[in-house]
Amino acid sequence: MGAVIESTVATGKPNQDVFAGILQELATEDRDIVAVTSDSRGSGKLVTFGQQLPEQIVEIGIAEQNLVGVAAGLASAGKKAYAVSPACFLTARALEQIKNDVAYSDNHVRLIGISAGVSYGALGTTHHSLHDFAVLRAINNITIVVPADNFETEQAVKLSAQLDQPIYLRFGKKPMPLLNPDETSFEFGKGRVIKKGADIAIIANGETVYPALLAAQKLEKEHGLQATVVSMHTVKPLDTELLAELAESTQAMLTVEEHMVNGGLGEACASYLLQQSYHKPFKIMGIPDEYTVTGSQMEILNHYGISENGITEAALKLLKK
Amino acid sequence: MNEKELAQKSVEYRKKILKYIVGAKAGHTGGSLSCVDVLNVLYNNVLNVSPETFGSPDRDRYIQSKGHCVEALFVVLADQGFFPESDLETLCKYKSHYIGHPTRKVKGVEQNTGALGHGLPIAVGTAIAAKMDKKDFRVFTLLGDGELPEGSNWEAALTAAHYKLDNLVAILDKNELQITGPTNTVCNTDPVDEKFESFGWAVHHVNGHDFKQLNETFASLPFTAGKPNLVIAHTIKGKGISFMENQGKWHHGVPNPEQYAQAIEELDNALTLV
Repeated sequence: MGAVIESTVATGKPNQDVFAGILQELATEDRDIVAVTSDSRGSGKLVTFGQQLPEQIVEIGIAEQNLVGVAAGLASAGKKAYAVSPACFLTARALEQIKNDVAYSDNHVRLIGISAGVSYGALGTTHHSLHDFAVLRAINNITIVVPADNFETEQAVKLSAQLDQPIYLRFGKKPMPLLNPDETSFEFGKGRVIKKGADIAIIANGETVYPALLAAQKLEKEHGLQATVVSMHTVKPLDTELLAELAESTQAMLTVEEHMVNGGLGEACASYLLQQSYHKPFKIMGIPDEYTVTGSQMEILNHYGISENGITEAALKLLKK
Repeated sequence: MNEKELAQKSVEYRKKILKYIVGAKAGHTGGSLSCVDVLNVLYNNVLNVSPETFGSPDRDRYIQSKGHCVEALFVVLADQGFFPESDLETLCKYKSHYIGHPTRKVKGVEQNTGALGHGLPIAVGTAIAAKMDKKDFRVFTLLGDGELPEGSNWEAALTAAHYKLDNLVAILDKNELQITGPTNTVCNTDPVDEKFESFGWAVHHVNGHDFKQLNETFASLPFTAGKPNLVIAHTIKGKGISFMENQGKWHHGVPNPEQYAQAIEELDNALTLV
């Protein structure tokens, strides 16, 4: 596995567009699928869904606590409820409803966080979702998934319809590269190895997998270093088996995420590795513990080094090159 | 169940509520005593649910948003045969499923509640599902007046009216006391009837301890086709025990042995008057 770089230049759709399309296909066949939105059918790409399947969409208005509570009630009565809302509001404003009405009550709601991370860019901190991994990791009985490309999104949405457990799916706004169109295996809780190499493991998810892959290419071309790149799409439950394997097979480990460094993917990995007594060069890349700079999504990510060059530099530093 | 039988049942329920709260050394005494007559009527005369039909998709749902008063719910569920009453001897004890708020680990409990302002949104979602599937079941939820300031209630009230959920019945246990004091001094939600009516609900007032009124009110559901129903049950916190009635300190007070003995004596005397 390695000749995938060329395919990364292909441009796919935004993951939330793919989500909406697949959901509509599934809902046409399965009348128990219901989309629940908080005045977010436009940004959630559910306008067509609402037109084609008006009996299967519930509009709540801008009321996230109610959105999640209503979705829980729908789920308790046998509906496959997809609660769609901007990730920042869904996971902060309705956190207690997620904890109590969904996870604790085991109502199998599918929580869909759209425009996640810093997708809203210059709209600022109120609209950034950089806390969602952290808060949801602290709640049991919920799976947290962040697809890296359209393939993973399609698979995740299809699997979510059959999942007998609450799940949070996180999607961004920008068109995604196709990381590896030939890849066919996708499973919740199992990281997807995009590229293999023995020098360093770069573990990323969502929008950060692509720059991680570009960095791996640069490390190889310019420095002769081989990197493994993993799309750790499932933040919880974490693929600890793969982590252990990477800890054994590589010299250093680097995690990259569009989330604050506090409580996210990197800390989840670090916690596991340290408790398993793996001691090796390790770095968490993400948004530091500060309110973000102003800018577009790409400008913000670049500012914090979540870019081809930033990840390359971090990898070299870890490997003391 | 006729009114006399209901009255006898409520005395029995009140004695058991006190017994298990004393055994647990914990519980929400005042509110359990204010809402138990409503639960009595619901489970004995109104709800289409039983231990045998609890898994049925067509059953009526009861969601106790006012989760603090779980002792009233547990006593009524035990009486309905959802679980052996002896289980309640473990109330709030180590590893018991019978904890201080409703949990689905206990058969008969529809939703885990306790954090306030959660019951109505879940009930709304369940009622929407019934409409979608063209099912006839109804969804009842019991709210406390102390939990009304939670904004999620008002969000859900809007949605319920928007979707014309006349299969939804919210019952407000309006005992007018919460832990800090009278509800209208903590955060006045009156006139609560006008507020809900302006949201598009059909509202009925009822004496929450009058079985005739409760029977008649629930028999007249839905109050107005296409409107969600609010039953404002005017109740007395600590109802039935002279020294507890309308006393805020009994919000979660636990009787000492002397108080317990007096309470039981009062309830036994009440039974002779039924």
